[in-house]
Amino acid sequence: MLTHLDRLEAESIHIMREVAAEAENPVMLYSVGKDSAVMLHLAGKAFYPSVPPFPLMHVDTTWKFQEMIAFRDRKAQEMGMELLVHTNPDGVAQGVGPFTHGSAVHTDIMKTQALKQALDLHKFDVAFGGARRDEEKSRAKERIFSFRTAEHRWDPKNQRPELWNVYNTRIQKGESIRVFPLSNWTELDIWQYIRREQIEIVPLYFAAKRPVITWEGSQIMVDDERVPEELARTAVEKSVRFRTLGCYPLTGAVESTADTLEAIIQETLLTNSSERQGRTIDRDQAASMEKKKQEGYF
Amino acid sequence: MSHKSDLIATDIEAYLESHENKSLLRFITCGSVDDGKSTLIGRLLYDSKMIFEDQLDALERDSRKQGTQGDRIDFALLVDGLAAEREQGITIDVAYRFFSTDKRKFIVADTPGHEQYTRNMATGASTAHVAILLIDARRGILTQTRRHAYICYALGIRRMVLAINKMDLVAYDPSVFEGIERDFLDFAAELGGDLEIEAIPMSALEGDNITEPSERTPWYHGPTLMDYLETVPVDDGLLSSAFRMPVQWVNRPNLDFRGFSGQIASGTVRPGDRVRTLPSGRETTIGRIVTQTGDLDEAVAGQSVTLTFTDEVDTSRGDVICAAQAPAEVADQFQARILWMAEDAMLPGRRYLLKLGARTVTGQVSNLKYGIDINTLEDRPAKTLGLNEIGVCTLGLDQPIAFDPYDDNRLTGGFILVDRLTHNTVGLGLLDFALRRSGNIHWQALDVDRATLARQKHQKPAVLWFTGLSGSGKSTIANALQKKLFAMDKHTFVLDGDNVRHGLNRDLGFTDADRVENIRRVANVSKLMSDAGLITLVSFISPFRSERRMARNMMSEGEFVEIYVDTPLNVAEARDVKGLYKRARAGEIKNFTGLDSPYEAPETPEIRINTVDCSAEDAADQIIAWMDERGMLEG
Repeated sequence: MLTHLDRLEAESIHIMREVAAEAENPVMLYSVGKDSAVMLHLAGKAFYPSVPPFPLMHVDTTWKFQEMIAFRDRKAQEMGMELLVHTNPDGVAQGVGPFTHGSAVHTDIMKTQALKQALDLHKFDVAFGGARRDEEKSRAKERIFSFRTAEHRWDPKNQRPELWNVYNTRIQKGESIRVFPLSNWTELDIWQYIRREQIEIVPLYFAAKRPVITWEGSQIMVDDERVPEELARTAVEKSVRFRTLGCYPLTGAVESTADTLEAIIQETLLTNSSERQGRTIDRDQAASMEKKKQEGYF
Repeated sequence: MSHKSDLIATDIEAYLESHENKSLLRFITCGSVDDGKSTLIGRLLYDSKMIFEDQLDALERDSRKQGTQGDRIDFALLVDGLAAEREQGITIDVAYRFFSTDKRKFIVADTPGHEQYTRNMATGASTAHVAILLIDARRGILTQTRRHAYICYALGIRRMVLAINKMDLVAYDPSVFEGIERDFLDFAAELGGDLEIEAIPMSALEGDNITEPSERTPWYHGPTLMDYLETVPVDDGLLSSAFRMPVQWVNRPNLDFRGFSGQIASGTVRPGDRVRTLPSGRETTIGRIVTQTGDLDEAVAGQSVTLTFTDEVDTSRGDVICAAQAPAEVADQFQARILWMAEDAMLPGRRYLLKLGARTVTGQVSNLKYGIDINTLEDRPAKTLGLNEIGVCTLGLDQPIAFDPYDDNRLTGGFILVDRLTHNTVGLGLLDFALRRSGNIHWQALDVDRATLARQKHQKPAVLWFTGLSGSGKSTIANALQKKLFAMDKHTFVLDGDNVRHGLNRDLGFTDADRVENIRRVANVSKLMSDAGLITLVSFISPFRSERRMARNMMSEGEFVEIYVDTPLNVAEARDVKGLYKRARAGEIKNFTGLDSPYEAPETPEIRINTVDCSAEDAADQIIAWMDERGMLEG
């Protein structure tokens, strides 16, 4: 009898193979987080003994944790997959960053716009993403194969019916599909699977002594010298870990001593706030994610 | 995120071990707009402690702002995801929810109630094994309840919970509950005898019989909803069925390895098993079951695996690997049920892409036998299917495919139809059985073939297809061209729209469906004529691109010449040779092309004729010159 993890695994693998067979130019968006780690692991299984027949792409805002970048480069090499890294050159030219421009502008230019640029540049027709339906209310309604117009917009009122495991991958020129193989996984499923399969994740998920400051209500790790000096001066060493990974100035640390997978899962299960709370972009209002997605945010 | 258990704090390892091996149940909730679906799901999440404190804070805040329950928590706000839905208080798309208990993980498809969202409901039902039909105890079985039950049943769900909700509003009266249960059982008997029904009295709002037996229904001795969901069998019988695996992807990392990747649709497979790949019908033996963590001794329905064969048997994406002793059927003509999911009606005769498993082929509904009124379950005559309508039809494909009847296996018997121009998913279909007709009528091979017939006439066959508005000059030009070709000793024939409608097509009118059939027949006749070696001039309005493309695809390469008689509507109307425009404008003729029926101009015709600047004689010369340049007039 297959367990729920077996079934989720089989479904994700089926989805990936369907894309590999039908897409002309697919790519896997790799964000280096734990969900991406699971997605990459599943890709390895789906195509073994072949190497997954698509490249990985990372949208680098230049503000990711240094450990993430090192982990990313090593993983791509271990998998034998091509790694494409895209950074919005306009944003770099204008010196956009969270400390100077705020989280909203930074996220829009270095993440949302950068992703659209990268997809247009390489003319990818299908892009895998690691989003899950349990993360947020509007995602609960998104199809596994989710269509984007040539302008990368999602139209929630006009989604294609999705029957059984039969996916319609046909699109018009210029349109694209975002495919979410982890749609039906929950956060707990992800952690259980990481444990069962012994999947390596970025060490930032585990508690360790790290220098942190308090900025805009969150505990931020001082990851490099770009933290404004007056803030950096206030840094203190604390045992912290991260529940999600993104741009270090926008990723709140939680105080923790959980330094094993079991301890992390225990903490996650006992905690009283949901995963996304650490992310600054979602706080404004309930519909914020839906709006962002209609505009092309992954 | 999960329900709380003391084990989490005291022995996390033991907790994780016990939760690693849960089974998975997918179910669908459906019911009318105000039956309380979202409230029920919100309640299940809440009672299984799936809501985090920050979500609960937001929920309480939203409940005060937008809720319909006064100061109490409005659980519906937890699940109605899209902003438009929260404003309108309705659910417009399938939302997927997740929760788990000690025994199981659940995936819930929360589906919309309105009739116009039937297609979204079908999406949710297609992957569900249990349906919860919500019924408002005050209102009883409604038309919508019957429709939802029908769709769930048609899509293969054989276990349903009749959730008789809002019992608090009928004072927990057992006679109300029993009356509704009886009504539904009567109706269910019409659906099929193999449906298992569990009726539960409940109040989602108050939490009666959701997770705990309610003290307010002492007369009810059945399970709570959660008891039922935790214990209902999840095995759908596919494990013990014959082995099937549609090949999704041929795994070829190097010259020494050739594997076939797919998800097992039914049965089990072991190395050494004899298998048959369909539709080719070749037999071979399973060599290995390859996975990244080592070869398997056995793989079962639901698993995604890669198989190798002991010998080289040509197999590609879309083929189905079957147990050799119990293979699937292979056919190209079927009876099927279709649920139409697009705004534009389904047209018999039009060709759509059909995707079943990993196979995509071209096919058409050759005959719509009847529609099913999903509110009364009665047959009704139908010529087309509109949005959310269901019909029973005959289906013809360009090539044979392997299949099982849908009721035996959803994954090898269910298909989608895709529009070839818009690429939208326009229909879902359930294969019922193969029609033997095509299998029994074999193509008669003839000694005097088409090439010989054409040689005898010293010409190359061609189909010159004139398309354009009524009064554009198609027949006039065709007539002039035929005279010139006759003078060149060519054997020709003109198929004229008006003339054919007096005979072969006298039973057809001018609706979109009839226009499609009109062209299908004429395309077949012109195909026969070109087989006979003739140069055929077809003069039909033929307003739709899709049918002109169908005609083109029937002919041999280079034999089809699309001639667009490009006369603007105002010019054709001003000429009005037959007085038809005048009558159409007066409302005496309906469905007139260019006025109240569309004309889709060719995008890349072989020849475009501008009749404003040239005579019919000039146009005929232009066509002859075009054919001559391409050697089509040699013999």
